[in-house]
Amino acid sequence: MSAHSASPGAAPGEVNHWRRFVLWWLVLSVIGTVIVVVVLAPGMPPGNGTVEASGQVYDDTVLLGLSTPVALGVIVFFVYSIVAFRERDHASVLEGPRITGDARVQTWWLVITTALVIFLAAFGTVELEKDGAGGGQGPNPLSTPPRGTHVLQVQVIAQQWKFTYRWPAYGGVETPTLDLPAHTTVEFHVTSLDVIHSFWAYQLGVKADANPGVDNTAFVTTKGPLTFEVHCDELCGVYHGYMYDTGHVVPRAQFASWISGQEKQYAPATKSLPPYAHAYFPAPTRRGG
Amino acid sequence: MTAQAKRILGIALVTVAFGVGVGLYVGIYLTAAPGQASARISPSGAHLYLATVPAAALNDPHPTWVSYYAVNPDGSHWRHDTTYVLPAHTLVQVTIYQYDSATGLRNPFLGQGEGLSGGRFTLDGKPTVAINPNLASHVFAIPAFGVSVPLAGVSANAKNTCGNAPCTLSQAHTTTTFSFRTPARGLYRWQCFVPCGAGFIAGWGGPMQTVGYMDGYIKVV
Repeated sequence: MSAHSASPGAAPGEVNHWRRFVLWWLVLSVIGTVIVVVVLAPGMPPGNGTVEASGQVYDDTVLLGLSTPVALGVIVFFVYSIVAFRERDHASVLEGPRITGDARVQTWWLVITTALVIFLAAFGTVELEKDGAGGGQGPNPLSTPPRGTHVLQVQVIAQQWKFTYRWPAYGGVETPTLDLPAHTTVEFHVTSLDVIHSFWAYQLGVKADANPGVDNTAFVTTKGPLTFEVHCDELCGVYHGYMYDTGHVVPRAQFASWISGQEKQYAPATKSLPPYAHAYFPAPTRRGG
Repeated sequence: MTAQAKRILGIALVTVAFGVGVGLYVGIYLTAAPGQASARISPSGAHLYLATVPAAALNDPHPTWVSYYAVNPDGSHWRHDTTYVLPAHTLVQVTIYQYDSATGLRNPFLGQGEGLSGGRFTLDGKPTVAINPNLASHVFAIPAFGVSVPLAGVSANAKNTCGNAPCTLSQAHTTTTFSFRTPARGLYRWQCFVPCGAGFIAGWGGPMQTVGYMDGYIKVV
């Protein structure tokens, strides 16, 4: 911080750059933060298709709302400096006064940014702990739905290059597509049969690694009907880019009809499936033929 | 010609030759496209005839790799093409002559056919819904269509088996037929789901990861 007239304690009659900068910053921060929080943030991905997706939008809104004044502080200071302190008379360029620190500015900067970072860390931890935020929590999840919540278990089985889904509550049937009932808490158990994949149900707000031999749990609570995309989010081979699918959240009655139809349709395959487990170590592990 | 002129001429010739070589390399790379096989159109519909072998032809760059081929209805005229051209919104009847032995499926679910016209396929002329997943040799699947068909392997005790392509119908094989309806025009992909890449970790390398062997494209026109 310069020690001359731009400092907070400007001499009488001199331009108080500090006050000007703060005023510009305050005005632009109020406008910018309102625009970000009210206009931009609600439309951010992944949308409001599930409780967890809405939670992610809320978290991002808070983060953006708090970081907007910080970003504007840097930008306004930068632009103000260029405009106010630009030397227009090149012939008169001389060595300026010695630059010294300003303890008050430095202290406030440290206090504010430290408080902001600590608050965001605490906020993020609380939000993550609340419901898992749709992320994979491994085989022993810390954030689980409240006791007594009806939970529908769905196993996501990744393989090069396709996801299939297994339903322990419906005779262990496996399906090639994913439909979910509306207004239901779903417990995904994500695993892989070959290499590392990642189950990313974008509009559900769920992303969980699919590792061979590992059970990765993620929770999501659906809202109303919704069409969502499922992508693999871990480079998994030549057709990784084609490893996607479309799923649906449908009314409960429609789901009951759908899963019943799947049980009938895939009854022959169900007979050949191994008993339901949270991870599989299938043979063959090498080509036998 | 002076020694200096000779030197300059030599450098110029080498530079031109190098440039032509690089140009050819890039040009060939950019213009090379995998061969494609079209379905045969007849009054009864579109027909696609394929074959799978334990190993590609001996003159193939990878003569030990398992592979799909396009063939004629009588199992002759083998072409190493894995891009198949099919008409849009048409019922396509597929026949696959399968000469490889069983490997087995890592996901037994794929032992059942799906997305097929009539809900079933035929295995050696017998209508079938699913096969024993341990006896699967390969799968022909077009995930975007929801189509998947397991191909039964040749018996381990079979006589007169075929090693490298091309094979003949007089050699041990299974025949799988099925049909499905194509969607709108577009480029889709197909693949095998059996880990059949011999000599690679868990069978998932080599021909399973190289377009032109156990996977390819469906060009719907």
